[in-house]
Amino acid sequence: MTSALASVKAAWRNPRGRIGAILLLVVSVAAIVGPWMLPDPLAQPDILGGSLPPGPGHPFGTDQLSRDVLSRVVSGARISLSVALLAVGLSATIGAAVGMVSGYWGGLVDAGLMRIVDGALAIPRLFILLLVLAVWEQVPLPALIFLIGATGWFATSRLVRAEVLRLREEGYVRAAEAMGARRRHVLFRHLLPNTMGPLLVAATLGVGDVILLEAGLSFLGLGVQPPTPSWGSMVLDSREVLVSAPWAGIFPGLAIVLTVLSANLFGDALRDAVDPRSI
Amino acid sequence: MVTFAIAITILFFLMRAAPGDPLARVSEGRALAPAELATLRARYGLNQPVVAQFVSFVRGLTRGDLGVSIEYGRPVTALLAERLPATILLGGSVLVLNFTVGLWLGVRQAVHRGRREDRWLTTVSLVGYAMPSFWLGLVLAWLVGIKLRLLPAAGMHDPLLGADAGIAAHMVDVLRHLILPVLTLSVVSIAATMRYQRSAMLEVLSLPYVTTARAKGLPEREVTWRHAWRNALFPVITLFGLWLPILVTGSVFVEAVFAWPGLGSLAASAVWGRDYPVLMGASLLVAALVVAGGVLTDIAYAVLDPRVRLA
Repeated sequence: MTSALASVKAAWRNPRGRIGAILLLVVSVAAIVGPWMLPDPLAQPDILGGSLPPGPGHPFGTDQLSRDVLSRVVSGARISLSVALLAVGLSATIGAAVGMVSGYWGGLVDAGLMRIVDGALAIPRLFILLLVLAVWEQVPLPALIFLIGATGWFATSRLVRAEVLRLREEGYVRAAEAMGARRRHVLFRHLLPNTMGPLLVAATLGVGDVILLEAGLSFLGLGVQPPTPSWGSMVLDSREVLVSAPWAGIFPGLAIVLTVLSANLFGDALRDAVDPRSI
Repeated sequence: MVTFAIAITILFFLMRAAPGDPLARVSEGRALAPAELATLRARYGLNQPVVAQFVSFVRGLTRGDLGVSIEYGRPVTALLAERLPATILLGGSVLVLNFTVGLWLGVRQAVHRGRREDRWLTTVSLVGYAMPSFWLGLVLAWLVGIKLRLLPAAGMHDPLLGADAGIAAHMVDVLRHLILPVLTLSVVSIAATMRYQRSAMLEVLSLPYVTTARAKGLPEREVTWRHAWRNALFPVITLFGLWLPILVTGSVFVEAVFAWPGLGSLAASAVWGRDYPVLMGASLLVAALVVAGGVLTDIAYAVLDPRVRLA
């Protein structure tokens, strides 16, 4: 655990990492506080007079249904960030569990699990999700989060497995085993804390991936369902009014870029801190 | 091969495990009589137990039969084959751009490490990497295609261009349609290439033989490209295997946005039309491509690096 905390501190000392962390904080605060201070993102005050350009009252303009784009972008941040955090948490947990079991038990269990992971990695995540989600008429949000999380752990499990394989040979682990420590003790006391660093890096970089993925699914109409505002579906809706009200699509896209970029900046800095040799 | 077999199994059971009726869309709008439903179920083999469905699915696969599209009523294999060339043209162009411009920029970054050029290129490529391809595509289509009217914003051919216009005119036409989708996909994918090339190059540049080459008084250009780059090209080959999934995923969005008649837009419309056989076929093809890409990468590595032996 201490190693993970130390990496976070090191990432904070990195200028890029700090910019990323600050931007991420700004987006999070806006997502938490914003919806209380802005007009209702679902309100359609003047349904015939929509598509107002950015100006006083509506800094980002309004969409074709006269909804305030800024409110919708901010509410979308809430959705995107919560989907990303929950899904990434799930992926990291499953990935860590599978990786530790696979790396520590070895043998047939390991061979079997890793073959499944190989097979799953051959199918791009988007296609796995498309196949499952397309069956649904209306995807409930918890199911969406679960599915995104359940399809994101394959690479993480490989990473954790490699780390466990390396750690298993370390003196302190062998010593613990020689002293008759139980498997559970070795796994949770010695192995898990030491895989936290790489796991944290994978999770942070996973946040950006998941935000892009959720936006993409929503753009295809398979993600967050209307009228709940989400960045991807806002871009989708703006397709119809691309010429007359481009702001309805440009601002949610910029929000995606900003958030993903800051998560990746921070993730890169973390990676440099955890493993300076990696790319 | 084993990997592909596992991928197929995963795909099949995923689709069957999903809660929902694949026939929901067929019966949309009116209630189907139980007899009709039974006929349809029998036609798609949905009345059989899951294991039997799986067996007949695999049996069909070995014969190159992926079933019939619900939407088009045509064999899925024919549809995929029809759409493949456009995707190869798009993906191939993006690959070429990545492996020329991307590598060149990566080398430049490494040579000018830490200086302003390096920092700017890193920032720009990171921003590109954070962009959703569908959004960038829409923005470009709006700006270049609609506002500035410089390039066509959608499709692959100009419908007004007659068949008698000559081959050259048609080629120029396709090229003009190609620019925006290729640009979009390249911007979102080039960061990975640059980053790999940069770090590989940095590693090589720190080796003693590079210092020797410099000490011999060789011009810097020669040291960079003839001595260092040759060995730094190597790790980039591995990138190719990681790269196909990104390209395929990106092309779903980019092709959908630009109405490019390839596999990606076929997959996107299969999503909208709930056309499972087509979606399944496209996923299988993609999985096959990814596995093949991985194998090719290993082979290329073994051929180029005498230290590696194929297991």
